[in-house]
Amino acid sequence: MSVEHEHETEIYDPVTETPTSYLREGPDAQPPLDSPGYKSTRLRHPTEPLVYLPQTLTEITGPRLAPALGLQESDADLTRQHEGEPIGERIIVSGVVRDTEGKPLRNTLVEVWQANAAGRYAHRWDRWPAPLDPNFSGAGRCVTDREGRYRFTTIKPGPYPWGNHYNAWRPAHIHFSLLGRAFAQRLVTQMYFPGDPFFPYDPIFNSVRDERARERMISSFSIHGTQPNWAAAYEFDIYLRGPSATPFEEAH
Amino acid sequence: MTIFATTPSQTVGPYFAIGMPWDAGPHVVPDGTPGRIRIAGTVYDGDGVEIPDHLIETWQADPEGRFADLHGYGEQSQLEGFRGFGRCGHEGGDGTYEIVTVKPGSVPGPGGTLQAPHIDVTLFCRGLLHRVVTRIYFADEVQANASDPVLASVPAHRRETLLAQPVAGGYRFDIRLQGEGETVFFAV
Ligand SMILES: [Fe+2]
Repeated sequence: MSVEHEHETEIYDPVTETPTSYLREGPDAQPPLDSPGYKSTRLRHPTEPLVYLPQTLTEITGPRLAPALGLQESDADLTRQHEGEPIGERIIVSGVVRDTEGKPLRNTLVEVWQANAAGRYAHRWDRWPAPLDPNFSGAGRCVTDREGRYRFTTIKPGPYPWGNHYNAWRPAHIHFSLLGRAFAQRLVTQMYFPGDPFFPYDPIFNSVRDERARERMISSFSIHGTQPNWAAAYEFDIYLRGPSATPFEEAH
Repeated sequence: MTIFATTPSQTVGPYFAIGMPWDAGPHVVPDGTPGRIRIAGTVYDGDGVEIPDHLIETWQADPEGRFADLHGYGEQSQLEGFRGFGRCGHEGGDGTYEIVTVKPGSVPGPGGTLQAPHIDVTLFCRGLLHRVVTRIYFADEVQANASDPVLASVPAHRRETLLAQPVAGGYRFDIRLQGEGETVFFAV
């Protein structure tokens, strides 16, 4: 087992180590809400400055949703939610949810939704002429284990056209929703696949202006995780905001 | 210590409804909980037009000011079935949302202050590259609101946008993303 993996099994107490405040990110860490290349932002971005919110008990706590959702194993395997198997390239998508100090976030809800292999969503508003797959709904949920790991089995989604500009196509992606440990950590993002030819033309991907930040949204292919005669593996680690102050114990 | 950079945010897009909402999502408390209220409203864009598809999430304390926290941090809510979290993913086209909950109690604020009853709100939709965050306060909590440290930091002429107005069975809280009467959004 690698050294990195040992680090993941480090035991910590989530109650006594609950951060009492989270790092505030600089203005460039996230895509700007006013992002003219992505037309729908025009009438939807606030124009008044954001008001500073102190991080109180409301912001440093967060919900326990696994019981409310009644999660089942098939929630994490999008290829087994129907009678038959969906068409397409079967893949395993897994990774670790950590905070920016590298600490794994355990028991936190990870939700995904995606198009099918042809790039079509099982949603009544998606009407472009690509086939629906009766064996694929495209939604999954799981909670991370004690090492912060999540894992989904699914089908590689196809790219799809949209109406933002002439000949606009979204690179293939899986939508990810992370509850984190606290209200302050809430994140919704998209996971992309390495080497997608649509990257240079997509205003949503490129709304993140820093190239290295964009790379953090791209999964990596893993031959080690790939299962012989079964499924190719992609790894996608997710980093949520971490504590803003040095933990107390380092002071003595 | 190595500090890693965060994973950037991206929009929920138009198809979040296949994965995010669930039937009990808007029910922060179970049926039959005493003191249940409905908080409902409409989300508008910069032209004052209803946004047909959006996802609202709420997070709050119970009437005693206690949370139902993931890891049991702080004094825990004793209210039977209280989840504290609501999610409403309407895409019906009229721009409305609705949650069923109880009015939260006061929660400690910075520097020994007491915060007025409030609910943290996250809004996601197509055209938002990351979430926006606001807070629901209650217009009928005049005294508590007057000494709330967060409300005090909001320019006086904009505070009104954070006040849910009493209506039959609960409160109304609209969200305006842009333009006249723009809701106050927070940097968390
Ligand atoms: Fe999408």
